[in-house]
Amino acid sequence: MAGEMIVVENLHKYFGHIEAVKGVDLRVKKGEVVVVVGPSGSGKSTVLRCINHLERPTHGDVYIDGVHLEDKATDINAVRAEVGMVFQQFNLFPHLTVLQNVTLAQQKVRKRSDKEARDVGMKVLERVGIPEKADSYPRQLSGGQQQRVAIARALAMDPKIMLFDEPTSALDPEMIKEVLDVMLDLVGAGMTMVVVTHEMGFARAAADRVLFMDEGQVVEIAAPDELFNNPREERTKLFLSKILSH
Amino acid sequence: MAGPEVERLPETIRAREAEGVWSFEHFPWWLGAIVAFIVVMAFIIITNEAYTGAFSFIFIGIRLTAYTTLVSFAIALVLGLLAGLGRISHNVVIRNIAITYVEFIRGVPTLVLIFTVAFVLVPAAAQALDLEGRLISQNSRAIAALSIIYGAFLAEIFRAGIESIPPGQMEAARSLGMNYAQSMRYIILPQAIRNISPALGNDFIAMLKDSSLISVLAVHDLTQRARLYAGSTFRFRESYLILTFFYLSLTLALSLLLRWYERRLGKD
Repeated sequence: MAGEMIVVENLHKYFGHIEAVKGVDLRVKKGEVVVVVGPSGSGKSTVLRCINHLERPTHGDVYIDGVHLEDKATDINAVRAEVGMVFQQFNLFPHLTVLQNVTLAQQKVRKRSDKEARDVGMKVLERVGIPEKADSYPRQLSGGQQQRVAIARALAMDPKIMLFDEPTSALDPEMIKEVLDVMLDLVGAGMTMVVVTHEMGFARAAADRVLFMDEGQVVEIAAPDELFNNPREERTKLFLSKILSH
Repeated sequence: MAGPEVERLPETIRAREAEGVWSFEHFPWWLGAIVAFIVVMAFIIITNEAYTGAFSFIFIGIRLTAYTTLVSFAIALVLGLLAGLGRISHNVVIRNIAITYVEFIRGVPTLVLIFTVAFVLVPAAAQALDLEGRLISQNSRAIAALSIIYGAFLAEIFRAGIESIPPGQMEAARSLGMNYAQSMRYIILPQAIRNISPALGNDFIAMLKDSSLISVLAVHDLTQRARLYAGSTFRFRESYLILTFFYLSLTLALSLLLRWYERRLGKD
């Protein structure tokens, strides 16, 4: 398991009687970018949310950098500090300024001093291109800016892994690019990433592997060229024909 | 979805209010009537000797009414927050203790609870703590009763406030590695308390009024002073009109303050 940042084994998740995820396996190496695609309701987000235990798997095991999450002795908060998460709805903290959004967890979880947290905070805000908004409140920002702050907030923790749950789905079309650019910058920097998205262009450009999910199962996982140009499974072909026809 | 006409109407009213345009329909006549009552009462109290005498006797009670309400409300806030958090706890024992407390209190009349707390619960607690029950003042018992009663009411407000915050906020906080307590403390509660502050203010006013019930414990609050004065002088009309005047002035001032605060919140 050396060099594997994320290992998901035989993951099952029930919501009541509905089985949302039916036995998913996934291994993500350090620095690898895996893009997860599939129709809505296919269990993509649930798998992602199980990786940092926002959802508890019903069966199966998740290992982050060798740490077994289902082990009762595991400190889940310590693991989550290493795993950044970006949500579809940004989920910025509306009562805090942009800078406070990116410094709070550094201070409370990483126990950094005010000054250190501030320095790191400004650095990550510069990285996502909006240091001038440090003292604004989230509601004063556009959707694209908010999502970039959300990415900065996760990056400020110096995570080993970044998870993206449909990061551009709630954005107006003209703001999608600015967010994808930030994500591409992270890919270039060698970040280990799992990205659930409908942006096939991003998948082609950034993914080492693309995972296609349907009905709670992994249908196919392959390099983007292979998956998009020569899909092996009928279900993959059908899905791609629906989304790539325009 | 509300139609455009429905949407626009309140806008115009608000705009008119902001411009200060006088409108017969929207003038707060109710407020005028209440203020008129207060002003007339104040005039009578100053000019009529019988009223002046009653006023100066009853006025002494304002100290105890204010003190009891403030202290009880402060304790009730703590109890309410704890019970509200308990109410949404995933721990079955904690959750059920909190629900039992809230439902028990809500099922018994305030006056009955005041008797029960003052003459049953407080002595029992004193005995359990090996204290001399007789030494606990009636006013401390009154504060205990009001705190426990309003703690249960406030618990429901706190619970609703916490549940009004989108779950994504807790998820975002947890995904950054903050534990449950940190997420509550720094992310959920600041937003929840802001949302519920008008409701808390309303309950403060309600408690101020309910504090009149502690007069049954013979503590010298406004109501008890009025009862004493009426009983010894037979000036019932003066005593109770002045008592009404006191409560109405206090609650009106507080609710206007609250309205102003709510407006300011809405503007942010």
